[in-house]
This record gives sequence, C-alpha cells and structure tokens, in this order.
Amino acid sequence: MDNLGLAAPEMFLLCAICLILVGDLFVTEARKPLAYGLSQIALLVTLILTWWISPETGAVTAFGGSFIMDQMAAVCKSWILVVSMGVFLYSRDFVNSHKITNGEYYTLALSGVLGMMIMVSSSTMLTLYLGLELLSLSLYAMVALKRTDERSAEAAMKYFVLGALASGALLYGISMIYGATGSLHFDEIAIALSASGEGSTAAMFGLAFLVVGIAFKFGAAPFHMWVPDVYEGAPTSVALYISAAPKIAAFALAIRFLVDGLETAHNSWQGMLIVLSVLSIVIGNVVALAQVSIKRMLAYSTISHVGFILLGLLSGSEQGYSAAMFYAITYSFTSLGAFGVILAMDRMGVSVNLLTDLRGLFRRSPTYACVMGILLVSMTGVPPTVGFYAKLAVLSAAVKADLTWLALIAVIFSVVGAFYYLRVIKYMFFDEPVEPQPVLAAMDVHVGLAINGAAILFFGLFPGLIMAACAAAFGL
Amino acid sequence: MPILSLIIWLTILGGLLTLFVGDQRCRMLALVISIIAFVFSLTLYFGFDNTTAQMQFVEHAAWLPSFGINYSLGVDGISAPLIILTTFINIVVVISAWEVIQDKPAMYLASFLIMTGFMVGVFAATDSILFYIFFEATLLPMFLIIGIWGGPRRVYATIKFFLYTFFGSVFMLVALIYMGSKTDSFAIQALHDLPLGSTAQTVIFFAFFIAFAVKIPMWPVHTWLPDAHVEAPTAGSAVLAAIMLKMGGYGFMRFSLPVVPDASAQLSWLVILFSLIAVVYIGFVALAQSDMKKLIAYSSISHMGFVTLGMFVIFGIMANSTEGAADGHVVMALEGAMVQMISHGFISAAMFLCVGVLYDRMHSRQIADYGGVVNTMPLFAAFMVFFAMANAGLPGTSGFVGEFMVILATFKANFWYAFLAASTLILGAAYTLWMVKRVVFGDVANENVAALTDINRREKYMLGLLAAMVLFFGLWPQPMVDMMHATIENLVQHVTTSKL
Repeated sequence: MDNLGLAAPEMFLLCAICLILVGDLFVTEARKPLAYGLSQIALLVTLILTWWISPETGAVTAFGGSFIMDQMAAVCKSWILVVSMGVFLYSRDFVNSHKITNGEYYTLALSGVLGMMIMVSSSTMLTLYLGLELLSLSLYAMVALKRTDERSAEAAMKYFVLGALASGALLYGISMIYGATGSLHFDEIAIALSASGEGSTAAMFGLAFLVVGIAFKFGAAPFHMWVPDVYEGAPTSVALYISAAPKIAAFALAIRFLVDGLETAHNSWQGMLIVLSVLSIVIGNVVALAQVSIKRMLAYSTISHVGFILLGLLSGSEQGYSAAMFYAITYSFTSLGAFGVILAMDRMGVSVNLLTDLRGLFRRSPTYACVMGILLVSMTGVPPTVGFYAKLAVLSAAVKADLTWLALIAVIFSVVGAFYYLRVIKYMFFDEPVEPQPVLAAMDVHVGLAINGAAILFFGLFPGLIMAACAAAFGL
Repeated sequence: MPILSLIIWLTILGGLLTLFVGDQRCRMLALVISIIAFVFSLTLYFGFDNTTAQMQFVEHAAWLPSFGINYSLGVDGISAPLIILTTFINIVVVISAWEVIQDKPAMYLASFLIMTGFMVGVFAATDSILFYIFFEATLLPMFLIIGIWGGPRRVYATIKFFLYTFFGSVFMLVALIYMGSKTDSFAIQALHDLPLGSTAQTVIFFAFFIAFAVKIPMWPVHTWLPDAHVEAPTAGSAVLAAIMLKMGGYGFMRFSLPVVPDASAQLSWLVILFSLIAVVYIGFVALAQSDMKKLIAYSSISHMGFVTLGMFVIFGIMANSTEGAADGHVVMALEGAMVQMISHGFISAAMFLCVGVLYDRMHSRQIADYGGVVNTMPLFAAFMVFFAMANAGLPGTSGFVGEFMVILATFKANFWYAFLAASTLILGAAYTLWMVKRVVFGDVANENVAALTDINRREKYMLGLLAAMVLFFGLWPQPMVDMMHATIENLVQHVTTSKL
C-alpha cells in the first residue's frame, strides 16, 4: 500500500469540486453565489494540506511511482493555489454582473486547478498527460461559457481544435519516447537514455513532438496563434484565469518532460528552445506594439514573457531552471493584477476593451492607476519591481550558459516592449479621462489589488524570499 | 551610524509620507526632510578622510546571496561631492515648487524626494547591480514628473527620454552580468580587479559607452535632452541637468576607465572626437536657439563635452609626457572633469530656475517675447546676469575652474584639441550673453514685460543659495579638490595598470 496521503490535497479538491457541483443544483437562484465562498474555502484548505504534506527535503512518490511530491511541486502548487484564489476574488463580480453561471464557472476553474496540481506532481508521462487534459478541457469549456457571445464561441472552437492537435502531437511524442525507452516513468526514461548516450532516433523524433506540445501549452511562438484570439474572445475573467496559474503549470510540464525525463538530450532540445524563445520574444514584443485592444496587447506581452521563461529553461543548469520558475511565478502574479484592474474597471458597466479606455484612470482612481502602473513597470523589467529580478535571473543564467548573444537579443526587445507598456502608463497618467466617475470596486477586491501591487514592490526590495524557495526547489 | 542608508531611505520613505499627508502640509514636510537629508550628507564632508582612496562610510549586508549581489554602500572622493550636490539641489528644488505647482503638489514633491533617494543610491552603491538598480529606478519618477507636470509636448518628450536611457542601460546590464559570471561577485571593486581580454574589453567598453554616453549625453545621442528639458517643469529640468547628467559622467569614472582601461585607451580618440564635436558644434547650435530652455539644454551638452574630454584626454597626456602617468596634468584633467560636473550642477540648475521665474510670470520661454526685464525686475536681472557669467566661464565663478583645468591639461596632449576646446570660452560667452542681452537688457519690449514684478522672498532664497555656492567654489575650489585628490590618484593607478 502506497502513501496515499501524499495526494491528500488533490483528493480533497476533487471531493470539494463534486460537492460544489452537486450542491449548486439544489440551492435557490439567490444562493448561487455561495459557490464562490465554497471554492475559496476549498482552495484555502487545499493550500494548507499541501503545506502539511510537503516533505522537508527530497522527493516522495506514491501510486507506484506515478505521483511525486518534491520541493518544486510544493512551491509550484502553493503559487498555483494562491494565484487561483486571487483569480476567483477578481472574477467574482464580473461573473455575477455578466450572468455567467456561478456553479459551472467555479467548478470548471477548480477542476482546472486540480489538473494543474496533477501535472505538477506527476512522475510518469501518463499522469502528466492526464493532468494536462483535465486542465485543457476545463479551459475549453470556460472560454465557451458565454455561449451566446459569438466571439466567445469562436475563440473556444479555435482553442479546442488547436489544443486537440497539440495534445495529439504530445501524445505522439510520448508514444515515441515510450517505444524508444520502454518506460513511462521519467526516472527510468532518464536512465535508459543515459545508457544509450545521446538517445536513439526514435527518442529524438518523440522529443520534437513533445517540444511542440509544450510550446503550444505555453503559447510560445510560432505556436502562439491561439493566445490573442482566446484572450480577446473569452470572458475577461477566463482570460485572467488562463494568463495566470497555467503558466506555472506549463513550466512544471516542461521541467518534468525535459529535465526529469530527457535531460541527457539537453543538447537536442536546447536548440529547439532557442528558436522558440527568440521567436516568442521578437514576435511578442513587436506585434504587441500594433495592438489597440488591451486584452490582445496583454496576450502578445504574455508571449514575450514566455520567451523569457524558455530562456531560463534552455540554459540547462539548475540555476536556469530556478530562474525560469521565479520568472513564471512572478509573471503569473503580475498578470493576475493587471487583469484584476481591468476587471475592476469593467464592473461599472463601462466595458474595457481598448487601450484608450484606460485614459485618465489616474484622475479617476489614483490607487488603481498606481497599481496598474507598478504592474506594467514590473512587466517592463525596471527596478525596483520584482520583474527586474526575474529578468536578471534569467539573463544571468543565459550568460552563464555562454549564450550572451541570446541575452542581448532579449534585452534589446525588452526595450521595444517598454514602449507599449509606457503607452498604457501614458494613457492612465498623462491623459484626461473620457468620463470622470471613479472606479468603484468591492472592498475586498480593492484590498486584494492593493496587496497585489504592494507585493510587486515588496518583492522588488526583497526578491530573495521567493528566489530562495525557487533555488531550494532545484537543490541549489 | 549608517549615514548613507539614512540619507537614501529618509528621502524615499519621506517621499512616501509626503504623498500621504495631503496637499496642504506636504510642502513644509518635504522641505524639512530635504534639509535633514542635506545635513546628514554634510557629515560626509566633515567626517571624510582626504588622505585615503578607500571607500568610507561603508555599509554591507547580504541581499541576494545566491547571485552574489550585496547591499553595499560607500563613498570615496568622487562620489561624496556628488551626493552632497544631490541633497543640496533637492532643497532648492523643493523651494522652487512652493507655490508654483498647484496640481497635485504632494505627488510632485514626493517624486522629487524619492528620486533624490535613488540618485544618492547611484553614487553610493559599491555593488554594480545595486548601482544599476538605482540607475534605472531614477527613470520612473522623472518619467512621471515630465509626463504629468510637463509642457504641451510632454508625452513625446518623456517617452523619448525613458526609451533612450533604458535602451542605453540594458547593454550595461548584460555587460555587468557577463563580468559577474566571471568573478561570482558583483562588487565594483571585483570588476576593477577582473582581468579581461582585449576583445572582451572592447565589447564591454561599448556597452558602458552606450549607457553613459546617452545619459551624460554626448553627441550624437543627445537628442532626447533638449526635448526633455523644454517640456519638463522647471524643477525637473534643474534636477535633470544638475544631477542626472552627472550619473553618466560618474559612470565613466567608476566603470569605463578602471574596468576596461586598455579599451578606454584604445578608443579614447572616439570619445575625444565626440566631446570636441559637442563643445564646438553644439555650441553653435545653442547660438541658434530661440527658446531659452533649449539654449540652456544645448549649453549643458556642450559643457558635458568638457567632462568627457577631461576624462579621456588623459591617455593622450600620458602618451606625450615624458613622465607618463606621473605627469600632474593627468590628475588635473580628471579633477577638472569632476569640478566641472559639480559646478555645472549649480550653474545649470540656477539657469533653469531663472527661466522658470520668468516663465511663471509670462508663460513664455521665447527669447523674442522678452526684452528690458532689468527695468522691472532689477534684482532678478542681477542674479541672471551673474549666473550667465558663470555659465560662460568667467573667472571668479565655479564655471571657470573646471574648464580651465581641462583646457590646461589638454594642451599637454594635443594643441589642436585644446584649441578647439578653448573655443567654448568664446562660444559659451556668445550664446549665453547674447541671450541675456536680448532678455534682460534694452528697453522694455512690451506691456507684459512692463507689468512684471520682481522676485519674492522665496525666489531670493532659492537663487541666493545657488549664487553663494557658485561664488564660493569659484573663489576657493580647494576643499572640493582636496576631497577628490587621493581617489583620483588611485583611479589613475587603475587606468595605467593594463589588464591584458
């Protein structure tokens, strides 16, 4: 009998999802918002359970070695849960005011979280695929939640078709690797590959498909086409969901496949990731310049940040992995806040689609403008915000791996990126408002956003707190 | 007592406090904070040991141990005077904003206080990444100051300012990371001692050069400065000219010269060429301006040409002199550059504040709108003429000392360099005094000028403080030179020790 308690957070979350789903059927219309409170409690308890069962050091496995709990899993899960709590907080009023059914929204979102947790903790390819599909299916359905809205339906359709294709590629890659090594377990794959040197042709063939799948889930160029359309078409609260926690999960996906399983083939996948990384940084930053829709702009900005995460990964050192992890975590936290502000503005019946809708926010609601300003500065990578340290960590990993030219490309295009972030700051701070009324959000959202902005500054002064956790996750 | 941290965090946290006390009481609070910060920084002067080139008032704390980045501060002879200058200018700036800024004064003053903290940090940091963090962080307050309180084309100017300087400094970041990965330490001292090959030195030289040349700014990457100056509010222009430009000059001295001495020697011709173009060509450009602020902005670029000339002409002096590095002119050139930076800090701030005084009354910066101001504002006219003389480098003012030292030292390197540099004595006098003639002297030009009122008590204090400093360092520059002498000699040691 294995140590089933290791999966206690996941099991609890699954039970909670079932409970909320069923419970939602029996409550009256007026009580529907109850789902929100229950979901938050479920996340909180899951978070506490995760901390409870995390091992102090080393890794523990369960379910015949297909489920693993190590330092990286603990850190990733914690942040996925914290970020998801923020997502729920910021989405609550949007979900209510846009008549999105409460029960479905929260149960789908929770099962997405469950999927991410399984991904993070998987130590076989099959478990990983299972978690990934649970996340993806939840996301497809969430994008389509406003099914009467044709943009939403179109985005969901696009996302589903492309996502299914990518899952197919991933599955094909998995089967190739299985054929070449005879195992689904990452540690056994690693042993089999290191025994055969660089690895057989079949394994390398499989690797290429794996990278395609990973790149799609990350939204890295040239597999990024779905990102802007989905961000724009999906309800804003869903776009928020997609932009935040799944980036951490995608990072874990890449680590499990490429590092836990195929680290011996590092030379092979490094080249592929370099191409993905450069394309993402270049395309993301340059195309974002031309956007007028704020959600599309954030989508392209996500693509460029994914390029930076890949930059950390491809350097192939523990330092690089922990840098990429730090980047993924801080980015999801920053993106959370940015969408949070947009959602807070949306509630007043003033729809925020265009960048120009942010005009004069500073005159209307200085707090929100300042929070958004801090978040954008952090995305630009200017100190003293946490975004700077994320870039610093990733760049120094790249330089240490003798990829200084890549670091140079990255910084040059981050200057290009600075322009579109500054343009938003310009709209908010330097322009006169189109309409004078202030943004009124609920008190807890207000507090949440203030904490979110303050955290970006706080971790900008003391980045060591998260960095140490990320370094410990890779045994540094 | 951690005096440097105290200055930095007093101004930053004080700035945040200013933000919260509201628009009524913010002015007094900001003034008190800036005076306390200045008093603290004076202890840097009185407690300073002139005989050593070692870092003094050192503070050290582990900050990001996994990267080898430390929170380490310290001052030596080139950073201490700049810190005192920074806190001094901050007081003047707070006074200048007193009743002029009516739109969100708390936020305005808070931006300046926070920026002062960052700028002190730039000069005090002895860890290169910490230096970079402060260096970049100063961009944000200035971006907001120009963007929110600036003139009609403020958005264009402030984005140009931000992108130009951001673009410059990212290359420096990569260079710092590269060197840090070689030594596993980001301490500036470790970079000074790091051996580097010839190619690496050249590449790193250009990385630093782009960053600091944009900042100081040098021809041909100076174009952001006139725009930023013209659109910035008066105090913004004053800080920009007085302190921010000095961060570029400081960077050349702290990084370029000692970290890549061989590349600096090889490429000194390039810097000297750009410097001389700045002195001569930009001097002529200034002559053609019709906007007072633009004219002073170009004059700043021209004066900064002297700073870079003084720093890089030392290689020529060493090559020509029989004594090599022991030649006293080497030290003189570097000290001249430093003196020029400090003195320009006072003079350019004063010139921008003078234009600000006029602008507050007439809402015009065009020279053509003025004439005969002396008739209605005699006291102000006296101040303006005095500062103009200082800007032109009149002996007895601080503007003369630095220029003279640099020109004298340059003669040792090459007669024609010195000849071209000395042309500023004519050009500088021409553009500054011609502007003064058209604005201050002559008959009253129109009824707007006739209706002008002379400067009030606040403006008297503001300009009086600056005039006192300009005169003091013009007559007796010795305390300043004594302070930096040991450090400069040590710097020359570093520069002459090949790293190849």
